[in-house]
Amino acid sequence: MTFLLIEQVLNGLQLGVMLFLISAGLTLVFGVMGLINLAHGSLYMVGAFAAAAVAAYTGSYLMGIIASMIAAAVAGVLIETLVIRRLYGRDHLDQVLATFALILIFSEGTRMVFGSFPLYLSIPALIAGPVTLPGGLQYPLFRLVLIAVGVAVAVGLYLLITRTRLGIQIQAGEADREMIDALGVDISKLYTFVFALGAGLAGLAGALVGTIQSVQVGMGEPVLITAFVVIVIGGIGSIRGAFVGALLVGLTDTLGAFLLPKATEVLFASADIGSVLSSMLIYILMAVVLVLRPTGLFGGTT
Amino acid sequence: MRLTPLAALIAATFTAQAALAESHGGTKVGLLSTLSGGGAGLGVDVRDGFLLAIEQSGRSDIEVIVVDDQRKPDVAVRAAEKLIQSDKVDVLTGIIFSNLAMAVVPSTVAQGKFYLSPNAGPSALAGAGCNKNYFNVAWQNDTLHEAAGAQANNEGFKNSFILAPNYPAGIDALTGYKRMFKGEIAEELTTKLGQTDYASEIAQIRASGADSVFFFLPGGMGISFLKQYADSGVDVPLIGAAFSFDQGILGAVGEAALGVKNTAQWSKDLDNAANVAFVASFAEKYGRLPSLYASQGFDTALLLISALDKAPVSDADAFRTALEAADFASTRGEFKFNTNHHPIQTIYVREVIKEGDIYTNKIIGTAMTDATDVYAADCKM
Repeated sequence: MTFLLIEQVLNGLQLGVMLFLISAGLTLVFGVMGLINLAHGSLYMVGAFAAAAVAAYTGSYLMGIIASMIAAAVAGVLIETLVIRRLYGRDHLDQVLATFALILIFSEGTRMVFGSFPLYLSIPALIAGPVTLPGGLQYPLFRLVLIAVGVAVAVGLYLLITRTRLGIQIQAGEADREMIDALGVDISKLYTFVFALGAGLAGLAGALVGTIQSVQVGMGEPVLITAFVVIVIGGIGSIRGAFVGALLVGLTDTLGAFLLPKATEVLFASADIGSVLSSMLIYILMAVVLVLRPTGLFGGTT
Repeated sequence: MRLTPLAALIAATFTAQAALAESHGGTKVGLLSTLSGGGAGLGVDVRDGFLLAIEQSGRSDIEVIVVDDQRKPDVAVRAAEKLIQSDKVDVLTGIIFSNLAMAVVPSTVAQGKFYLSPNAGPSALAGAGCNKNYFNVAWQNDTLHEAAGAQANNEGFKNSFILAPNYPAGIDALTGYKRMFKGEIAEELTTKLGQTDYASEIAQIRASGADSVFFFLPGGMGISFLKQYADSGVDVPLIGAAFSFDQGILGAVGEAALGVKNTAQWSKDLDNAANVAFVASFAEKYGRLPSLYASQGFDTALLLISALDKAPVSDADAFRTALEAADFASTRGEFKFNTNHHPIQTIYVREVIKEGDIYTNKIIGTAMTDATDVYAADCKM
């Protein structure tokens, strides 16, 4: 039972760090530019397809991963300069409409290029298979690698935001857009960079998750909803909030789906109640957080 | 009285349309199947098998309208309504997933149309909910899983961990396995339909101490599960019906499935004239090996053609009698309908093998002969 619980916690962490990679871009874009980007899930999908295509063509998984970030970032720059740039001053409804249209365009475009069949990536032999952890628990090495990559990106982002000139500009952009514009920072370049960064991370997440699951059209939409839950819990615009929120959501979702049916089976002799409850759990978590802290765990006091 | 000319005009239009449909003389078939997303492999195979049989028959009077249901019940219901109301199809077929069949079939047959199922066979439509215009050419959902339970007994398994998606066919699968399996059930799990990450379920299998894992995860779900299972280091033997080890899945999963035994009413090495011709012509036309689903689509079209040879759909009673006779050379050999319009057929045991570079199945035995379903007794037509 202890082993099982540890394994489920690892599964929760793995889901959490992948959610973080997706949410980081979403929260930055929302925080810095005040933009609701529904097409963020499409960038996740673009990354996954780019990885699958390049890995199949070159035979190198690493090239696939690099391609996923580049392709998603390029797609990000394109939609930022062509579409989204016109939407910063508009209200959220216009942004939602335009970015929803982008979802449809990306989905159908991908379907035209790659078809309706899911693609499958293989885990490279070097990091495939299980490893035995101290204590004797076996766990897939690839999922451990995902956790490590996620934590490394989180640390890197934290350093970027707090220790570099660019990071300070991003923070300033969040606090007061007009002021840093007046101080001579090229806000439009900054926006494009932030957007590309967020898109690249989403693309990376798509490639990594696509490796263990499958790469298919529409894979981004369910993830997008969860990512919005994460950034609302964490506080919009906060990288630290996105990290904590993602881990909370990952662990709640995994452990809830595992433990709740068992609990209700003991209490009410029905595992179904638990299954139903567990699929609501992250939304209940979000509601509780919003009641206690309306701006999210690490949100500003607006 | 100003309405009269208008009413007359409308009446005239309707009569003209009806006359037009009559004079056309052909049969319109709506093929509504899952052609996109994680379940697409199944629908594409059913469609390709169906169209191949129509093409080989050389009949130009059968028009097939193919529509994608996206594995979404709401999309399926709207598409079926459109096929019936505006395309005026005579026969509907093609649905893969039982939750979609439950949403579409009852209203289709209630409107007097025929439905021939090439795949989904939910228990609700085999028992009290059966209908004289509903024919299942594949199997009742439980059947192949019952055979898997029998096979688990033969292999000496005593304690099974069982899992399936939470939708009608998933519940039927678990019910079917438990009906025949004599050992203990270590744990029973239902997953989300379309789920792609099975880390939590695999962790529970690892901790369960079971000596076998029975699972039913058709299409993309099965591919994800098998890949993750192989990567997890859990080595509890797997067992299941053909759906989890079919041609489309083996291509993506490969070695991880090698040696697994699974149960099916069809296999590509089944030695009868109809099947040998089917396998060869399918491979030639589409450049890939046919799957179980393709054989079911092919058989469904053969059944339709055999009935049309005897009576037009417009003569519903004669057409129904012709369907009931099941007078066609099935790719699975012996085939006849039970009283509830579901098959009576032999279920084989297959093993996953490697032929050259290709992973495929080979028949190694028989699980059940003249298999029927338990729901037929409740069916009153």
